[in-house]
Amino acid sequence: MSGFLTTEAPQPTSRAHEAPFLVVDSLSVRFPTHDGLVKAVSDLSYAVHRGETLGIVGESGSGKSVSSMAVLGLHDAKTTRLEGSIKVGGQEVIGADEDTLRRLRGREVAMVFQDPLTALHPFYSIGRQIIEAYRIHHDVSKSEARKRAIEMLDRVGIPQARSRVDDFPHQFSGGMRQRAMIAMSLVNDPKLLIADEPTTALDVTVQAQILDLLQDLQREFNSAIIIITHDLGVIAEMADEVLVMYAGRAVEKGRTKELLTHPEMPYTWGLLSSVPDVAADTSEKLIPIPGNPPSLLNPPSGCPFHPRCQHKDKVPGDLCYTTLPALEPGRRGPNHLKRCHISNPDAVYEVDVLPEMGEDSAGHAIREGMAVPDMDGTTR
Amino acid sequence: MAGFLVRRLIAAALVVIVTSMFVFALFFLGPSNPAQPLCDLNGRCTPEKLALLTEQMGLNESVVKQYGVWAKGLVQDREISFGPVYHCDAPCLGISYSSRGEVTSELAEKFPATLSLAVGGATIYLVLGVFLGTMAARFRGTPTDRGLVTVSLLVSAIPYYVVALLAWIFLSQEWGIFPDTSYHPLTEGVGSWAYGLLLPWMVIGFAGSTAYARYSRGQMVETLGEDYIRTATAKGVKSRNVIFKHALRAAIVPVITLFGLDFAFLLAGTVFTEQIFDIDGIGRWGIRALRAPVDFPVVAATVLVGSCIIVVANLVVDVLYSFIDPRVRVS
Repeated sequence: MSGFLTTEAPQPTSRAHEAPFLVVDSLSVRFPTHDGLVKAVSDLSYAVHRGETLGIVGESGSGKSVSSMAVLGLHDAKTTRLEGSIKVGGQEVIGADEDTLRRLRGREVAMVFQDPLTALHPFYSIGRQIIEAYRIHHDVSKSEARKRAIEMLDRVGIPQARSRVDDFPHQFSGGMRQRAMIAMSLVNDPKLLIADEPTTALDVTVQAQILDLLQDLQREFNSAIIIITHDLGVIAEMADEVLVMYAGRAVEKGRTKELLTHPEMPYTWGLLSSVPDVAADTSEKLIPIPGNPPSLLNPPSGCPFHPRCQHKDKVPGDLCYTTLPALEPGRRGPNHLKRCHISNPDAVYEVDVLPEMGEDSAGHAIREGMAVPDMDGTTR
Repeated sequence: MAGFLVRRLIAAALVVIVTSMFVFALFFLGPSNPAQPLCDLNGRCTPEKLALLTEQMGLNESVVKQYGVWAKGLVQDREISFGPVYHCDAPCLGISYSSRGEVTSELAEKFPATLSLAVGGATIYLVLGVFLGTMAARFRGTPTDRGLVTVSLLVSAIPYYVVALLAWIFLSQEWGIFPDTSYHPLTEGVGSWAYGLLLPWMVIGFAGSTAYARYSRGQMVETLGEDYIRTATAKGVKSRNVIFKHALRAAIVPVITLFGLDFAFLLAGTVFTEQIFDIDGIGRWGIRALRAPVDFPVVAATVLVGSCIIVVANLVVDVLYSFIDPRVRVS
């Protein structure tokens, strides 16, 4: 499973020479419950370099948040079974003691959460929360930390940071809260930022600003970013590499442009077909993926996507029902991995999927590179 | 903030005034004639004697006038006649039928005992209860948690007076660990004050802490599931600080509300505790006044004082709330 990490072809950027900052290898996360074992994440592997952005896409419950929380050791050890390996800057996280984890948290790896209103403490001022985050990892006086907090708020675009530093979260608008959250995450110059649906709770207009901000800051601090989302638009805008998750497993993985233009897994096709397009004819129908995400208590046999897959007839025999496909390169080169039995996905996509999606669907827009990052990692 | 305070104070004052009207109505306009107990006091109560007393006490006047006289006594000295005439200094809540002393000065005498009892007991149950609840929440699902919850349920299933009586019988009488449980004013020395109240404090604290343990456990469990707790952990905050700073800060708010009211009830008279441990406070005073012949002015005073305390406690909780929760703070 870890094979593809080493077989990865030379990256198109100079960063390929460095070792990846985060290496997740064969991670599985399981929660024992009264009803049985919930297999939240199974056999997940990925790596992120500094300065690069990995996008993780999937439905709710596909294991995208669970896997990233494991990077910071945020799961309760008593109720969670973790297997595999997560190395942050060479430091193994799984099984690490509380002190080791605490040194990583906030300093090496910081998180930005989905809803900044609930993710910020309602009773502490914004400044106090940022100051706390800074002073945990830096032995500085309160006034120095306060200066730093104001500087960070200013950096993320909070107007009148000097006076607003003493405001409480409820006095900030949604976008400003998320900016403050980002300021708090970046106050220790973390080498990896995990943004868990950072824009889902925000207005679309604010969403673009926040994404821009994240990209600016990434350039400035050369940090690695993992952006977790279910929004392919965000992926197209932000990510250098995409990991599509389904039922706790990686089902497709590749460079963003490659994956969005030549998706090889029916689930990814479904994701692309269900993106609405603002410019489309209103009579044009979105094509949702039929059915519901599978139970992680009793995942389906074989390919976990087979109960919802409309293309399983293209696979000979009952392979889809009996055998879990391996995550391996298809015909598009060693960097594009997929977990599917269909042998000629390109042809199926061209013939069966694309025409149904319609000429000017959003999937099309994304594919045509509305805002697909260039190969050098910068946008457009 | 000042405007908020003024508004709340005015509202509280209005509530107190209305309450005083109710109390007055309850005791002086109720079905029983307030002159009746006095009439029964010395010899047989003849209709003539009762009529004379009613006349002397001004009970023939209109309701409004009677309330006016009574209310005026709160700010001005007044003469009270049951036959013999007593002078009552302002604030006057009447003259006790049994002791013939001023109700207000008796109240001032009994109140410190109840206050001492309530402050000590409440402090113990708040601190102990919140601490135990927090620990139970922290170790949720473990034997520690289950043990704490079970013991707290068992203890709270025992009626309070049984706990108090058992404590008095064994700890005070049988084993003599606390031979002297009674109230000594603070002016006589902190040692004897604290020593005399230690057992009642522990009884109130122990019995009360069970409810607080379960309540704060619930609040804490809920708070620990909040996103901002995860944020704190993700920032690298020590787990001890996550629990006792970030989580407790939020979980304590509803506990404080409950505490404000509980404390007010304690202050209004801890009847059982005072009775069992021989503490001469408001609760015992009120109970004694209820024995026939009913000491109307004393009973009325205890009810009035009790309701005032509850009004004040509500006010204090509200003001405290705005300090604890910035979202309530009025700009």
